[in-house]
Amino acid sequence: MTVADYSREPRILAESYDSPLAERLKTLWETKPGIIGWLSTVDHKEIGIRYIVTSFAFLVLGGIEALIVRLQLAQPEQSVVTPTQYNELFSMHGVTMIFLYALPVLSGFSNYLWPLILGSRDMALPRLNAFSYWTFLFSGLFLYAGFAIGAGPNDGWFNYVPYALKPFNPGPSQDFYALGFIFFGLSVTAGGINFMVTALRTRAPGMSINRFPMMIWGTLTANAGNLLAVPSVSLAFFMLWTDRQFGTHFFNVEAGGQPLLWQHLFWMFGHPWVYAIVLPAMSIVSDGLPVFCRRPLVGHTAVALATVITMIIGFGVWVHHMFATGLPNLAMSFFNAASFVIVIPSAVSVFAWVATIWTGRFIYATASLFFVSFIWLFVIGGVSGFLTGSVPVDWQVTDTYFVVGHIHYVLIGINVFPVVGGLYLWFPKMTGRMLNERLGRWNFWTMFLGFNLGFFPMHISGLMGMPRRVYTYPDGLGWNTVNLVTTIGAFIFAIGVLLLVINVLVSRKHGRIAGPNPWDASNLEWSTPSPPPPYNFVVLPTVASRHPLWEDRLNETEGRSTIHEGAVLDHGKETLGVSPLDAIPDAILKMPHDSIMPLCLSLSLMVLFVGLLLKTGWLIGLALLAGCIFSLIWLWPRVSQGQRREPAT
Amino acid sequence: MAQNRTVAKALAALGGVIVCAPLTALADRPMSVLRSAGPKGDPVLQLNWGLLAISILVVVIIGTLLVLALSRQPQPRLAFDARGPLPVSRPAGGITWIYVGIGLTALTLLGSLVWSMVVLANVAVPSGKGGLELQVIGHQWWWQVNYIGDPISRRFTTANEIHIPVGVPVRITLKSADVIHSFWVPALSGKTDLIPGQTNTTWIEAREAGTYRGQCGEYCGAQHAHMAFSVVADPPATFDAWWQAQLADSPPPTDDSAKAGKIAFVRRCGSCHTVRGTDAGGIYGPDLTHLTQRATIAAGVLPNTPGHRGAWIADPQGIKPGSQMPVLSLSGPEIAAIQAYLATLK
Amino acid sequence: MTDLSLEERQLLVGSMGQRSTGWWAVLFIILTEAAIFAFLQFSYYYIAVQQTLGTWPPPGGKAELTLSLPNTIILLLSSVAAWWGEHSIKRGNRLMLSVGLAVALVLGCVFAVIQGFEWSNKHFTYATHTYGSLYYVITGFHMAHLIVGLVALAAMLVWSLLGYFNAVRHTAISTGALYWHFVDAVWLTIFFTLYIMPYLR
Repeated sequence: MTVADYSREPRILAESYDSPLAERLKTLWETKPGIIGWLSTVDHKEIGIRYIVTSFAFLVLGGIEALIVRLQLAQPEQSVVTPTQYNELFSMHGVTMIFLYALPVLSGFSNYLWPLILGSRDMALPRLNAFSYWTFLFSGLFLYAGFAIGAGPNDGWFNYVPYALKPFNPGPSQDFYALGFIFFGLSVTAGGINFMVTALRTRAPGMSINRFPMMIWGTLTANAGNLLAVPSVSLAFFMLWTDRQFGTHFFNVEAGGQPLLWQHLFWMFGHPWVYAIVLPAMSIVSDGLPVFCRRPLVGHTAVALATVITMIIGFGVWVHHMFATGLPNLAMSFFNAASFVIVIPSAVSVFAWVATIWTGRFIYATASLFFVSFIWLFVIGGVSGFLTGSVPVDWQVTDTYFVVGHIHYVLIGINVFPVVGGLYLWFPKMTGRMLNERLGRWNFWTMFLGFNLGFFPMHISGLMGMPRRVYTYPDGLGWNTVNLVTTIGAFIFAIGVLLLVINVLVSRKHGRIAGPNPWDASNLEWSTPSPPPPYNFVVLPTVASRHPLWEDRLNETEGRSTIHEGAVLDHGKETLGVSPLDAIPDAILKMPHDSIMPLCLSLSLMVLFVGLLLKTGWLIGLALLAGCIFSLIWLWPRVSQGQRREPAT
Repeated sequence: MAQNRTVAKALAALGGVIVCAPLTALADRPMSVLRSAGPKGDPVLQLNWGLLAISILVVVIIGTLLVLALSRQPQPRLAFDARGPLPVSRPAGGITWIYVGIGLTALTLLGSLVWSMVVLANVAVPSGKGGLELQVIGHQWWWQVNYIGDPISRRFTTANEIHIPVGVPVRITLKSADVIHSFWVPALSGKTDLIPGQTNTTWIEAREAGTYRGQCGEYCGAQHAHMAFSVVADPPATFDAWWQAQLADSPPPTDDSAKAGKIAFVRRCGSCHTVRGTDAGGIYGPDLTHLTQRATIAAGVLPNTPGHRGAWIADPQGIKPGSQMPVLSLSGPEIAAIQAYLATLK
Repeated sequence: MTDLSLEERQLLVGSMGQRSTGWWAVLFIILTEAAIFAFLQFSYYYIAVQQTLGTWPPPGGKAELTLSLPNTIILLLSSVAAWWGEHSIKRGNRLMLSVGLAVALVLGCVFAVIQGFEWSNKHFTYATHTYGSLYYVITGFHMAHLIVGLVALAAMLVWSLLGYFNAVRHTAISTGALYWHFVDAVWLTIFFTLYIMPYLR
């Protein structure tokens, strides 16, 4: 048998979304109704929405934790919560927001949009996609189970040793955190692999690398970074767990362990991680803002390169979290320099966005308000980071509220604001209805004013010397008023989030009906119906430029993308495989059917981690056995997926 | 249009003033980083102001550019309506923004980097010769201070309040007895961590007499919020006298109440606390030999008055929950006796 | 546009070699797992340089080559066998595929047994000192990856004996062999760090 025996020329047709072909594709691709269908779906759109909804649930939980923290700090020497409760609250707030909200929400957007943007019928590895969602959900539940029984993380999200070791932290808090994070790391890794393979292999013909919309660049960069960085902290947490439970000596000093090993391993992960949770959000703005400026992004290539370069340099700045640990000045100087250099690619993006508005024809909408305000908040977060990147200055402001102000400007300003703007932009595509614009304006202004009122004063309390992670503070240091103002601002911001939730819930049922392209935007996802059918594209498009739906008006190339005529690929669940750089088709990929194996494997992992937490041998053994069986079923070569020769007949 | 520009510029200037004005007023707060009382802090403070000024300027400029960009949009305004596709174009000149912007950014960063490196080199070690050497050991949640040096007869230990002579550089070696802490007295120096298994060093010097507040700058557990200390800079003569007084053992009490208190103290408190000249030799809590000389107790939590001392002894867990000082369930008379004794620890 | 035109272009249906998404997935799994081992070895070198308790490795800790060197060769041979199996099925030779997989599996099991024997002969545990912790966690992580590889080899052997594969359809073999080569390659780095480096200092 040769390759030719297994090849086929795809049929090329011009078809519409209400043709018999469309009906046949729908039957092939749709998730079966009922509970089994819901549990076994591998549809990237359903998984993407689940990611977004689940991460917003965690955002709300993390927000409530923050509001309790703010109540405690509104006045000096209060007892709204005990010190122990406070320390668990602020730690859980960090863990929830940075892990359980910030990355998964972006994974959700990317999961939903990538195949639509790339002109494909699904992500490259649909079952792995489902697995990454279930693992995220279960790891989040695992972490919250600890919190619920009063054993939540209590040493901040960066969990320094020796305080995290058993002599100082005898309860199960740290074990929940260590094992819970390793569990969560598996989800991130699975998702990362999926994004890498999808970007390289499952695209429409002609979607070459230079034609990638920015959403691909941002997410691709973030996930490549995660694949290299997450192992560092998973390893650190594993070592912490074994130090605590099995008496190893990675971190405890008496037997030769090194507390700073934790900090190096943690921050070698932690710094790339914070870029992973903002680069995709920045690319949401890079793709969304041009729609509201009626022109392509200024410096698209420069911004794409800047995204990649930011992540690369991001691997070389981690010691700036350790400037006070007594390292040699020469080493710290290098990291000071790198921390300054990393500002440059960020500045490329900022000037690109400003130039896009300046030379474009701006249209006010809730989405565009979020995108424009994001630019300013980005700059504030960026300069406060620049300031802390200077070693001598950092010695004063590190571990103060100045840094807390910085991190919230970069996290809320650079992640939440683009996410909310992205929601206003893509909600019509996902649901077929527009979010309410009037409520959206209230949503925006409440969030914008509340956020700045709440978090700008933190720079001031930091400069006045208020340390971070303190459950209270004395009267007479000048910190009272700023804390009160911050608390008020935080509550106003929370109202803004509430307005967003109301807008989503109401508009799902009563929003104005949206067509395929209510914003007259340029990328491929706007060529499908809203919401898209299960199979995304009735015929696969061919791409000839960066802005397929704007080609006629821009008139910059001779070629034109073909949207409504293309490969039919209806011999089962199929999509095209293309060459990595130039997107030349080289295979018809057979996609898997819905499967319960991803859920089963995730559940086995849950059992495994519970077994590890309780150090119960039979649970661990059972989980490993089950995991092995489920993996084999998952990976069993199937004829329908072209993994086995046909049986001789 | 021109009106919009003027408004934008005025708003920007106002915004700048609103931000800058309070900053200068913040400098005189006890923990403010915008104040330097010594030669180590001075260059850092200048750098801090410089980078703050750059930061504020950048924020104001970008904010102004955004407001201008929005306000100088051509009429008629576009809107999303059903009347068909909207115009799309690619006006020229956008990329120039990036070139100019990056050029200015890179220059600013380079200058800031050089400045930072110069300051880093300048504050690494004290410039003067000689000086004092101290050892600070961090505990959950208090500061042990060892005055070391030769001869051995000049050494003593105290807690939470560091005295230094004005105008003399003081080198401090930093160790930890348990978890990571951070030594930070903003008016005199930035943070240096106390890391178990490792010895770090820092130095401070005060230009004028005064009391400077410090606080632990690295989360270290339940009572991280209540781990303050103070640095008291005295004129050299006063400092020498203080040192002399610190070297002395505590004299035996003379009145009966204090004598009874001493017995109770040694029995109930001596396993954790040391008072030189008695049998109380514990090392788990602060040395109390000259307790009444200090301005605060419990690492800056309470003023050092008889009433507060009594309250602390009676219910340490109520005041500083999680701290290592246990609730001893002493009777009223016992507490009164111990207080009488403590009052003699001058 | 002619390059991209699907007219008269025969496209392979399904998975084969580097055109299979599973192969790329394993490639990226290898990337992230390699990072784990890189960080493990970073930890080893960091502690070796920073520790102040004495010589490194501590007395009784210097890893011996007597077992580990032959064992390394056994693992290398195992990779060769797996490569031979994949090479054979690319030419349609199902028998040699099964032979190659079986030999790889057996040699892999021998490696695991010898390593277990080496562990039991050590005079320290993971709780004795930091070197012990590092030694066992590094080799333990490798052993875990090896065992996953053995299960994969066994599965591939079973599938091969069931006649699933031919010259075009053998994605599982390409993918599994790639993983097995990774297990071997990463062992070489560990071997260097734990067994060779101490003799070079």
